[in-house]
Amino acid sequence: FPLPHWSRTRTTSGEPGGEREREREGERRRWTRRQAAMIPQSSLPSHIASGPHVSPFTNSNAGLQADHRSEDIHVPANAASVPFAVAPSTEHAEVNLGEPRKHTTSPYVTGNSVLAIKYKEGVLMACDMLGAYGSTKRYKSVQRVFKVNETTIVGASGEISDFQYISNLLEELTTQDFCYDDGCTLSPKEIHAYLCRVLYNRRNKMDPLWNSLVVAGVDTAGESFIGSVGMLGTSYTDSHVATSFGNYLSRPLFREFQRDDMSLEEAIALMQEALRVLFYRDKTSINKFILAKVSGGEGVAISKPFALDTKWDLKAFVNPSKHAVGSW
Amino acid sequence: MFRNQYDTDVTTWSPQGRIFQVEYAMEAVKQGGCAVGIRNKTHAVIAALKMSQDSDLSSYQKKVFKIDNHIGIAVSGLIADGRILCRYMRNECLNHKFVYESPLPVARLVRDVADRHQVATARSWKRPFGVGLLCIGHDQTGPHLFQTCPSGNYWEYYAIAMGSRSQASKTYLEKKLDEFESCSLEELVKHAMRALEESCGTRGKKEDGKDAKLTHHNCTVAMVGQVREE
Repeated sequence: FPLPHWSRTRTTSGEPGGEREREREGERRRWTRRQAAMIPQSSLPSHIASGPHVSPFTNSNAGLQADHRSEDIHVPANAASVPFAVAPSTEHAEVNLGEPRKHTTSPYVTGNSVLAIKYKEGVLMACDMLGAYGSTKRYKSVQRVFKVNETTIVGASGEISDFQYISNLLEELTTQDFCYDDGCTLSPKEIHAYLCRVLYNRRNKMDPLWNSLVVAGVDTAGESFIGSVGMLGTSYTDSHVATSFGNYLSRPLFREFQRDDMSLEEAIALMQEALRVLFYRDKTSINKFILAKVSGGEGVAISKPFALDTKWDLKAFVNPSKHAVGSW
Repeated sequence: MFRNQYDTDVTTWSPQGRIFQVEYAMEAVKQGGCAVGIRNKTHAVIAALKMSQDSDLSSYQKKVFKIDNHIGIAVSGLIADGRILCRYMRNECLNHKFVYESPLPVARLVRDVADRHQVATARSWKRPFGVGLLCIGHDQTGPHLFQTCPSGNYWEYYAIAMGSRSQASKTYLEKKLDEFESCSLEELVKHAMRALEESCGTRGKKEDGKDAKLTHHNCTVAMVGQVREE
């Protein structure tokens, strides 16, 4: 199993700066050549890009839900062992009239990481297409990237229904801009600020939108922007951003290899490595991703779904118990 | 205009298709102190003549207001109505800045204000605003100059004057229109002030106690543009 490319630089510590730089450069070139075959076709929005594809959530087992829904009766030791209730039954709602309304206290259908990096001409965002229902990989064609206007895209991890609500809000804003018809459109920075206010406001009402959002885009003046907003209203901007597991698995890669003047090919290669790591290590992930890019002048492009090559024929997988003395 | 049987209510049309109350409100604007506005590719400037009850004894009434770092207005007519609009505009700008962290585009603000004017012309329990605004602002689409009117209409201009004796100012602006395009901010301000001076007349103090010359007491100038820190 070839060592990941980046670990090679780590072994050469204490070298003079120039040599290290050159080795890095060579490594990057090797990297991009290897990945060149896997650059996905980044085309203008296909039919897949025209909206999320989450199936309507029909609740047919109302009777069954009533038993499991009440959290007082059955306190699960492990969240995964309790079947998820979908809609609160009416009798429960009547009983709780005098109590504070409980809203999204836990997410149901969730998306995992969203990644975004800046490159030379703009920004690149990537995520997988999974809508997980707890541990079940239930919806496998969920597009978690929403195109707001020609300058901005928003990606979401967390509760998919809350993301659909947020997409509606953003679409209303864009429609308003269209109706004004005065040449002003919302820039990525403005959309980020707006979403911060929305999410913070909802958190203050103890009814959060259970999402970690990534806002990325290039404004009409050519400035790239990437910002993140969490479900508590925490927000920040940076050259590279990741949510959920991507924070732990992908950001170290970005810190090491992302530069604001990367070419598109380099950026795609870096993104694909980050996605591959997520697929290897994050249990609720699937090998089906999309890339979305916004570049100055060319607007928004969302790719078709693609899969990455992965390697599972490790010797340790073939004979798992070989070195496991005393285990079964 | 003469009194007639269709001018009692703002909700009454005349047979010729006019609403006289709204037109009377526009008269109030025409009687107000003169204000002049000019804009070119980089800046927009307004100059306004302030009135006072008696130029020896009383103060001069403030009629130019800063709405936000990038927007300002000059008011002509019932200044009290103008202050209400000023408060509304400042509130809108602040709200927008809070939510979107960016300045409110000028055209949208003026449109909102114009819509407010229109509401007052279509309610039997209200009266039209007796004020015209000259609104200058600078946003991502460049500098702008707008005029609003009690009827709820608004127009964008390169140069305009409104208020009493504004026709003389308009004549000056029309003559010099080609020069505004490429002149500097200082030149633009001078043009605005010269246009304003046209409306003062050249004789000495007039019978009604109003000034005949521009002084630093009775003239206010405001400007927006891209070079300064607005």
